[in-house]
Amino acid sequence: MIRALIAAAILLGAMPAALAVEPSEMLPNPALEARAEAIGKQLRCLVCQNESIEDSGADLAHDLRVIIRERLKAGDNDGQVVKYVTDRYGAFVLLKPPVEPATYLLWFSPFAILILGAAGAWFYLRRRPAPPDEPLDLDQRRQLERLLLDDQ
Amino acid sequence: MSWRRAIYLLPLAAFAALAIYLSHGLAPGYNPELLPSAMIDKPAPAFDLAGLKGEARLTNRAFTDEIVFVNFFASWCVPCRQESPVLMDLSRRNVIVLYGIDYKDKPADAEKFLQQYGDPYRRIGVDDSGRTAINFGVYGVPETYAIDRTGHIRWRHVGPLTDDVVKNEILPLLQRLGAS
Repeated sequence: MIRALIAAAILLGAMPAALAVEPSEMLPNPALEARAEAIGKQLRCLVCQNESIEDSGADLAHDLRVIIRERLKAGDNDGQVVKYVTDRYGAFVLLKPPVEPATYLLWFSPFAILILGAAGAWFYLRRRPAPPDEPLDLDQRRQLERLLLDDQ
Repeated sequence: MSWRRAIYLLPLAAFAALAIYLSHGLAPGYNPELLPSAMIDKPAPAFDLAGLKGEARLTNRAFTDEIVFVNFFASWCVPCRQESPVLMDLSRRNVIVLYGIDYKDKPADAEKFLQQYGDPYRRIGVDDSGRTAINFGVYGVPETYAIDRTGHIRWRHVGPLTDDVVKNEILPLLQRLGAS
């Protein structure tokens, strides 16, 4: 019995780490697993480029999920884990692009267009002549009264 | 026409500029899935891989003082078969020094692949876990990297190498790196 247990322990220890985490096999520590999933959801799968690595069934996504969990277990904080991936694959893997000079156009052009449009509208409305403010003549006043009476 | 009138042409001009910019995305041969490498101009990642066919291990320390090309391939990869004549030609004519990294493959399959299509590599490392590939920023085989004499990655190509890539990229690259 004891021999069998020792043999099992040795076999388990000898198993290559590559077999470790399938998406269904999560980290035993739920807080760490939650962090791993949150990070995985921010990262684009390089193979199916509109999926996060947490969603993708691609082999590479699986490997990156395993790496994220390994880095977290090794004590990396979330930023360090994300940097590990962006160091190798670039900012493109971030599903939410960072705000940096290369992405200013992406982030701020909608506001610039809004401001331009608002300025245009303001200038246009300001320059348009105001509607005439003359008093109604007798005919018009009678007509108005008739309409009001009809309404009641 | 006064500038007050001209201002009404501004939206049209803006639209034209945007249309010209966006039309680049429709150009033939444009592939939005091709990504620039984050590893360009960085030192090649360290690795130490078992050799194929019981050869010596392949490590990044083998790349000393020469310009080397590292080709990630696999026997299960169809485009790798497509590029193999190009690699064979480069290696036969001694145009480049080429190392292979066999990505997530069975060694027996890789050997069969090399027998069938030819072995253009000086030496081959076996990247069973795919970790070395990830450290290089590989997202699919085949990918080819050029490493200069100082051990920095200077060039990367995604997908099969073609004669056009050799002519338009590899030969000028060799000239540039050789001159510096």
